[in-house]
Amino acid sequence: MLTNRALGIIFANMHDNMVGEMTEIRSMASLPYGGRYRLIDFYLSSLVNAGVTKVGVIAKHNYQSLLDHLGSGRSWDLARKRAGLSIFPPYSTSQEGAYHGRIQALNNISRYIKLSSEKYVILMDCDHVCNLDFSDILNRHAESGADVTIVTRDVIPDEDMEKNLVTVRSDADGRVREMLLNRYEEGCSVSMDIFVLAKDKLTELVDNAVCRMQTMFERDILMTNLDTLNIRTYQFEGFVRRVYSTKSYYGANMALLDPKNMDALFPEDRPVYTKVRDQAPVRYGIDAKVKNSLIADGCVILGEVENCLLFRGVTIGKDCKVKNSIIMQDTIISERSELNYVITDKDVVINPDRSLMGHENYPLYIKKFSNI
Amino acid sequence: MKECIAMLLAGGQGSRLYALTQNIAKPAVPYGGKYRIIDFPLSNCINSGIDTVGVLTQYQPLELNDYIGDGRPWDLDRMGGGVHVLPPYQKQKGSDWYLGTANAIYQNINFIERYNPEYVLILSGDHIYKMDYSIMLEQHKRTEAACTIAVLEVPIDEASRFGIMNVNEDGSVYEFEEKPKVPKSNLASMGIYIFTWKKLREYLERESRRPETSHDFGKDVIPAMLNAGERMFTYRFDGYWKDVGTIDSLWEANMDLINPKVPFDLWEPHWKIYSRNPIKPPHYVDEKGVVQNSIVTEGCRIMGSIDFSVLFDSVTVEEGAVVTDSIIMPGAVIKSGAVVQYAIVAQDAVVENGVTIGERPENVEDKDKWGIAVIAPGATIGKNAVIKAKAMVYGDVKEGEVVC
Repeated sequence: MLTNRALGIIFANMHDNMVGEMTEIRSMASLPYGGRYRLIDFYLSSLVNAGVTKVGVIAKHNYQSLLDHLGSGRSWDLARKRAGLSIFPPYSTSQEGAYHGRIQALNNISRYIKLSSEKYVILMDCDHVCNLDFSDILNRHAESGADVTIVTRDVIPDEDMEKNLVTVRSDADGRVREMLLNRYEEGCSVSMDIFVLAKDKLTELVDNAVCRMQTMFERDILMTNLDTLNIRTYQFEGFVRRVYSTKSYYGANMALLDPKNMDALFPEDRPVYTKVRDQAPVRYGIDAKVKNSLIADGCVILGEVENCLLFRGVTIGKDCKVKNSIIMQDTIISERSELNYVITDKDVVINPDRSLMGHENYPLYIKKFSNI
Repeated sequence: MKECIAMLLAGGQGSRLYALTQNIAKPAVPYGGKYRIIDFPLSNCINSGIDTVGVLTQYQPLELNDYIGDGRPWDLDRMGGGVHVLPPYQKQKGSDWYLGTANAIYQNINFIERYNPEYVLILSGDHIYKMDYSIMLEQHKRTEAACTIAVLEVPIDEASRFGIMNVNEDGSVYEFEEKPKVPKSNLASMGIYIFTWKKLREYLERESRRPETSHDFGKDVIPAMLNAGERMFTYRFDGYWKDVGTIDSLWEANMDLINPKVPFDLWEPHWKIYSRNPIKPPHYVDEKGVVQNSIVTEGCRIMGSIDFSVLFDSVTVEEGAVVTDSIIMPGAVIKSGAVVQYAIVAQDAVVENGVTIGERPENVEDKDKWGIAVIAPGATIGKNAVIKAKAMVYGDVKEGEVVC
């Protein structure tokens, strides 16, 4: 079995700037998703389900919510004596500040990587929602003889071009011959920002890049070495959504209202773990009306809910009408309020008789702790 | 050294729950959507500041042991203390099953002595309630009692079903009567005791040598202490408390969670009930699903209609299925066209298309024949089968069969 021979490294803050409002107070990794999860849960669970027991999480800023969420890693079975979860807050020496780019970040933890006994390293960001089979990815990486495997998806990006998007074009042999930033051409596949490589190869590449003062992994290591490195892709075929804006965040959540997508993201044999919150089950009142909605534990529903995602501990008051909305943890929506196309962040209070409306293309986002 | 440790009697068979306790001990019986009965005493302990609990198991302990595990869900995984499962064990000279509640504690004197406690709290795994044991302990210390017994006022016409404490004005007990025909008071023992450990130890040892004993707290230890003139006090509890030893009471206790008139709330943040949480996504109600007056847990998929019911995690209710006034335990599947009413469908049972389970009381003429219908864990009820009210189904039922 190859799987227990891989080390997982998660970049918690990559792409933070893309979902500005929501990541003002948190990292991309700790962005709430799907009623009870944070984006990092999907990566941690995928790793753990593939037998990976050593995971390093590189944080840069806004990491309070992330640290709070991860704790000792117990919820993912990563609180272990041997290996387990390590969190790396921004590491700076007296000479330089916090890291710039992936290469410096990896260099900062080079000792952690070099001292690991694992043969392979899986690098990943937290900007996708997916449930990956890393056993299969590692097996394919080993069989193909690739130096680097990039996990890709086969989705044509929508018209309002995604940001920080890397596309790759492979030749007939399956070897990557071209990598482009923010340009999609036919026949390309799209990087999911997940890379697999041998640990020794990674340290060699990082060492070589550092002494040339290079900072960007894709640009300085992959794009410039397409001729010498055997870079291949692993095309992921399952349910995947990338979060790169408020709108895509909204869409990625709403996609779960299709049970087919739920089945794909939450297969029986690869459960998704998250921090336990010990909430009571959901209580439905006498006039509750719920249609096509996903509801996490701890909610109390006395009003009307349609096409919504309710996170844990949400209260929907009497005679409310909440539609097409994402209501995050512990939000209270009081009597007779009406919401349509709204995203409320955590701990928002909507007072009675309020009416809030956004649009499918521009959901109205309400900040954490707002009182409306 | 601990001031107070708890001993939880979890060895009971729960024989009056029939099919539900064929393979599991009563404290492991599911309750309230995501709990087991034992979550209540364990959560009460940790919320009351008691971090050392011995759980005495005997009957079908496999699932209960698994559930308790290292005690992590209740924050009872401790370096000194925590939760310990204590099954009967073999000694150098012979071995005994636990012969009664008092004997179970007697056989674990060594466990208790390791913590050298001043006081021992005795609990059972049969009741649903939220209680701060630390207030009871304070009273026990203040009154310098040898034993404090938690009591609840019950309607006087029901008092003859309980163990009744007859007390003086200061709350001290002068008499204990087990199920008295003519009760003198309505203070029912809740089966929760705090003993000063030195005293309890003395009486347990004395009881172990008495040949005619039944090794029971209520029948033997409490009367013996009373007769000897020990200081015994009642501790009045006025919150929600329910014995869930029978099918009817288990069903009622679940329904109490839905009833807004019953003052029992699992949603209060300051006294959380902890449990081993299912690893499941949020529950989903589709376009056609209808849910009212109910409790629904994560992992459920509801395409049918639910009213006045408690759904545990990962239950599927298909389109066109109707569930009312029922309890559906984890993983059960109710297929389309099935009607489930006044029933308990246990974990992982499969109710096929067109099945009818249970009957509404108003539709049954002979009231003695009405009751909650129960489907055993893992049973498959074949298409169009009819399970009458009060039926106890222990295993699979064939297609079209009628079970009374």
